[in-house]
Amino acid sequence: MRTTRFLALAATGVLATTGVAACGGAEKDGAAGDGGPITVKANDTTCEVGRTDLPAGQTSFKVTNSGAKVTEFYIYAAGDRVMGEVENIAPGLSRELRVELPAGTYETACKPGMIGKGIRGALKVSGTAATVAPDAALAEATASYQRYVNSQTAALLTKTEEFVAAVKAGDVAKAKALYPVARTYWERIEPVAESFGDLDPKIDGREEVIEEGMEFTGFHRIEKDLWTTGDISKDGPIADQLLVDVKAIVAKANAEKLTPLQLANGAKALLDEVASGKITGEEERYSHTDLWDFNANLEGSKAAIASLRPALEQRSPELVAQLDKEFANVETALGKHRDGDGWKLHTALSKADLKELSDSINALAEPISKVAAVVAR
Amino acid sequence: MSGNQVSRRRAITLAGAGVAGVAGVAVGAGALARGGGDRAAADQGAAAGAVPFHGEHQAGITTPAQDRLHFVAFDVVTKDRARLVDLLQEWTAAAARMTAGRDAGVLGAVGGVPEAPPDDTGEALGLPPSQLTLTIGFGPTLFRDAQGKDRFGLAGRRPAALADLPHFAGDALRPELSGGDLCVQACANDPQVAVHAIRNLARIGMGVVSVRWSQLGFGRTSSTSRGQATPRNLFGFKDGTANLKAEDAGLLREQLWAQPGDGPDWMTGGSYLVTRKIRMLVETWDRSSLVEQEQIVGRTKGSGAPLGRGDEFDEPDLAAKGDDGQPLIAETAHVRLAHPSQHDGARLLRRGYNFVDGSDGLGRLDAGLFFIAYQRDPRKQFVPIQTRLARNDAMNEYLRHVSSGIFACPPGVRDGGDHWGRSLFG
Repeated sequence: MRTTRFLALAATGVLATTGVAACGGAEKDGAAGDGGPITVKANDTTCEVGRTDLPAGQTSFKVTNSGAKVTEFYIYAAGDRVMGEVENIAPGLSRELRVELPAGTYETACKPGMIGKGIRGALKVSGTAATVAPDAALAEATASYQRYVNSQTAALLTKTEEFVAAVKAGDVAKAKALYPVARTYWERIEPVAESFGDLDPKIDGREEVIEEGMEFTGFHRIEKDLWTTGDISKDGPIADQLLVDVKAIVAKANAEKLTPLQLANGAKALLDEVASGKITGEEERYSHTDLWDFNANLEGSKAAIASLRPALEQRSPELVAQLDKEFANVETALGKHRDGDGWKLHTALSKADLKELSDSINALAEPISKVAAVVAR
Repeated sequence: MSGNQVSRRRAITLAGAGVAGVAGVAVGAGALARGGGDRAAADQGAAAGAVPFHGEHQAGITTPAQDRLHFVAFDVVTKDRARLVDLLQEWTAAAARMTAGRDAGVLGAVGGVPEAPPDDTGEALGLPPSQLTLTIGFGPTLFRDAQGKDRFGLAGRRPAALADLPHFAGDALRPELSGGDLCVQACANDPQVAVHAIRNLARIGMGVVSVRWSQLGFGRTSSTSRGQATPRNLFGFKDGTANLKAEDAGLLREQLWAQPGDGPDWMTGGSYLVTRKIRMLVETWDRSSLVEQEQIVGRTKGSGAPLGRGDEFDEPDLAAKGDDGQPLIAETAHVRLAHPSQHDGARLLRRGYNFVDGSDGLGRLDAGLFFIAYQRDPRKQFVPIQTRLARNDAMNEYLRHVSSGIFACPPGVRDGGDHWGRSLFG
């Protein structure tokens, strides 16, 4: 149960109408104003939300996935600030989302395949909107980001369990397919995870960071075996240890409360990760799935900025506008390299492609580097 | 902006010049006119003068760090020991001439027969000696190659201190930019003079040695003398504040020069050189906040004072805590991890250089620090210090070590009858 105070946004209605309106304002079989769960019918191409005009307060959504792909359901405030989400809804399953929404304009999104902007729809919440004091907006940023981290760690754990099971079963194809998916949840919250210094290298250490006399373990060790020799017959203990380490870091990350300043720095650090590790292909040197990480880092950075958004809107609306523009530019540049539900391999990109991505990240990272000073003032 | 740059550079050059004068290395440069032409060397002061080539130790180590570098590593391509020794003799003669401001060969750039290529390449004609120093070193593979073969009958003379460096956490070394059988460090106050020297040595060596890799450096990042102002590296911080300096005679004996009994006699009076080409991810660094940068380094960016202290040359107080109870100088700060107190007093004489090797094709400068450090025994100095830094230094986020080398630099060439490598091959 979430106990966070929800505060209205200072600037609602600024959402660009870029969402895919897959469902109209249909209320045909959604719950009425009795407070019962609002049904969300999700499949691989549509996302029908039973009711799209709500009173402010506590609301439940029941999301049923009748598609063939694993999906996710989000409620976004302006700037894709996550108000609530359920991850990892497998085909045939239903999951419930309880969320407290103050008056404002939101978007709902289903993400079949757990990727991209998702299938968007408008959501209107009516009621009295309180004015947010600047400090309250910052306090909410911490709580908002903690919600985000919790949702990501839950999915990280689930997907790591599946990955570990595939490795131990010797199922190379399945393990290869799960590898970039599990890492997506890691990469989204990397600055939080990296703050636990001893666990990070065990889980995510690349071969060259291992010192003489230390064992090379974690995701990248299994990556190497999967993509170079294809022999994972001896990786059972490494996979078991990976799961133990991921469980430990999940517990720590869930308990971590980042200050607004740390959030701002985390948003920047994620883009630094892209610039120094992903564009160069250093991170995923055997699987070449760097663009999955790139996208996850970008999403994580955006989530951290989104949590800060109410405070930034009050303090520097022009910076927010610039960030929106540059995030969109990176998404467009990266979007050219989609491949089905995933991403092209790093090796499939030309030098010119990589330069375009590098330039777009630099253009975004410069304004993002200004966020911390705005938050601190 | 560019006006400021020029005047800063000039200030550093002049600071160097003052020291050189004190050390008595300003030779009457006019008398050594390269190509015989008149030059305004005297007007340019000691920065244009010559550094003596002969001496107990090789020049280019405690010599006040010049502004420019051209460093080269060679592979020996001959199997003939006598040819290699002949080359070392020929190199020594050329080095003695060039450091004195003369042409590489006895005939010179324009003094030979018209039908023959000149024995000097000519681009330094009319330029003063510019404090050129040429310093030679011998790499581990000269003694025994990668297959373990004793190539020139030297395996038994390899010093134990010339051990291969271990893999350090995070190393992203490119083999084609690392190692080498021989190296020559050329430092000068004029980049053209440094390049001229390396180019002519490489040319003389054709058929015996082959250039393996080379590196230009455009600005010194350390001072090796108390008379020099501390310069800044490309992170914008003063670098080398706590460096070993030429004036520290006792420390130089203890930390810099190989002493009798340390190893083979041929190295007594020499020093061990470690090079590391360290790419700096300047674009991401430049986006980090001032407070983050200062916490990573452990010094203030303006004055270079250790955090919590007032002056650049104040000793860092590693025990001091801030109001929040945390150490003022973070556990992961560069200055803490590299501090002699953390390594049984181990020190290095650093004389690295900033480099920018163009760009990387991804819209970023290929920039960084070409790290150069001299010491008495890398096993007790560079290796433990770098092990600690590689493991914990917060700066690593912004660094990539892409090249590495270790070389045994013998003692100085005593006089005209001595030559590079004589004690090793003798």
